[in-house]
Amino acid sequence: MRVNRSAFQGRLTSPAAWALCALLLFLFLQPAFAGRYSLYLTIHILILSIFALGFNLLFGYTGLLSFGQAGFFAVGAYVCAKILIAVPSLLLGLVGGVLGAGIVAAFLGFLSVRHTRVYFSMLTLAFGMMIYSIAWKWRDVTGGDDGLVGIPRAPLELPGLSLSLATMERYYYVVLVVSLLAIWGMHRLVRSPLGLTLQALRDSETRAAFAGVSVRAYRLIAFTIAGLYAGLAGALLPPLENTVTPPIAHWSYSAEPVLATLVGGIHTFGGPIVGSFLLYMIKDIIVRFTQYWLIWLGAIVVVLVLGFRGGVVSIIEQALQPRLARRVERKAGTERKAAAGRKTK
Amino acid sequence: MSELLRVEGLRKSFGQLAAVDGITLTLDPGRLTAIIGPNGAGKTTLINLVTGGLLPDGGRVYFKGHEVTALPPHQRVRKGISRSFQLMTIFPRLTVGQNLLLPVLARLGRTHRPFSALEREEEAWAESDRILEDLGLLDARDEPAGALSHGDQRLLELGIAIAPRPELCFLDEPSAGLTPVERATVMELVRRLSERGRTTFVIVEHDMDVVFSLADWIVVMNRGQVLAEGPPAEIRENREVRTVYLGEEFE
Repeated sequence: MRVNRSAFQGRLTSPAAWALCALLLFLFLQPAFAGRYSLYLTIHILILSIFALGFNLLFGYTGLLSFGQAGFFAVGAYVCAKILIAVPSLLLGLVGGVLGAGIVAAFLGFLSVRHTRVYFSMLTLAFGMMIYSIAWKWRDVTGGDDGLVGIPRAPLELPGLSLSLATMERYYYVVLVVSLLAIWGMHRLVRSPLGLTLQALRDSETRAAFAGVSVRAYRLIAFTIAGLYAGLAGALLPPLENTVTPPIAHWSYSAEPVLATLVGGIHTFGGPIVGSFLLYMIKDIIVRFTQYWLIWLGAIVVVLVLGFRGGVVSIIEQALQPRLARRVERKAGTERKAAAGRKTK
Repeated sequence: MSELLRVEGLRKSFGQLAAVDGITLTLDPGRLTAIIGPNGAGKTTLINLVTGGLLPDGGRVYFKGHEVTALPPHQRVRKGISRSFQLMTIFPRLTVGQNLLLPVLARLGRTHRPFSALEREEEAWAESDRILEDLGLLDARDEPAGALSHGDQRLLELGIAIAPRPELCFLDEPSAGLTPVERATVMELVRRLSERGRTTFVIVEHDMDVVFSLADWIVVMNRGQVLAEGPPAEIRENREVRTVYLGEEFE
């Protein structure tokens, strides 16, 4: 009596698999037909996707709402920028940015994860503001309000290969490949024993503790991984823009992954990615018609949060799959069987 | 018979209220013990102190001769003390199978694995399936746990409590809110698991029929203290117990 286990672990149904292939094909061929602005926008969407995926590991999977993620994003960006200015190696810059953010996240996480709910959120907010003021005030290192300028888009140095990234197309491919790797890694993570443990914390910390799980240790792991992802997202930014300025460390910037995740859906793996895309599309389109685009963005988010808790992705899922009905039917069947089985015992 | 758990002079107050007021108690392995007492007698507080949900103001807890008074809950689970809760506590958005997989993975020390696919954890799945079979919930394995009926969720919680293979397992009102039929199912399961001999159960229960038919040993609590303890027949005849507690229900 083997029940199909894969059905619940989010295996892609075949239409979805085709759609995913088409999307990948589009992304890889995009430089052939799209202009620089389109590539620039896609890079930003990918960066926000990584940022939001890390955030959602914390929020959607572990149940911790952090308002300080911009701080780790900024650490990644600033460390990467400093390295690139000193040593022209993109790989070194990215690795340094990720590690820097990870270390800061592990340290601040250690101080934060003993608290939950609103206390945790407030602590992350406070730590984020401290990072912002460091970026703002430590002029010798961070350049103060001018930020760091003239950051080179250093070549990608791999063993036996040095690839110049002077053109936008080349850098686009670097970001694309790095993003896909990051997405793939997160996808594996949420379906691993670690991913299950984090979801258990979200559902009931008490039960998890009394099931033998160290709640603090696993909260810290989730927080650090989210910090690493924020750092990676941040580190991809300076080579694109050639500058880093303090606003990316500001707490209001922490709202970006929150919004992307809410719009796309917190309960699905792809939600933060779809949300990042929609967020940039909404901004890009509405900005053309009105300078009050923030009001419209706010209205859209309000409608989504009130009307469609699961976000856009779950709306699409429900529209595509009449599976929900079948699932309910199956459940009724199992309940009957289970009830019958118990009576005979 | 060597003792499984020893509690010495345990105290815990909430403000002015001494919820547990100097309890000394030993539990022997293999003896299904029931803790009874009026509401507010301190039964749940006692369980919390022994399992690590609360830290005591005074006194000590020894498990198999080793002191565990100040250990956090997850470490006591690994040593072999587990529990269920009075208010149902499961993982509602995980599947039924995953609810049991988590404690099994924790026992095997595999919860930290970031890249191994969950489906590949064959050993853990096999064990979680065995428990599901005991519970009669194998057919519901891939359903979200929150979609189960109340009775089945109670069964599942019992399953989570025994999944770490505890030597000592506290069940805090495992049949609260159940229909008589479901109640019988839960109690029958506890009896079966207890007879297997791997786990010593301590059960808090208000249904006196259940208590007197199921338990080998009964501990009566009142106002944070142990009023009496002994085998069911003895407790039934104890006059003090009858006036304080049984009398209220049996008159």
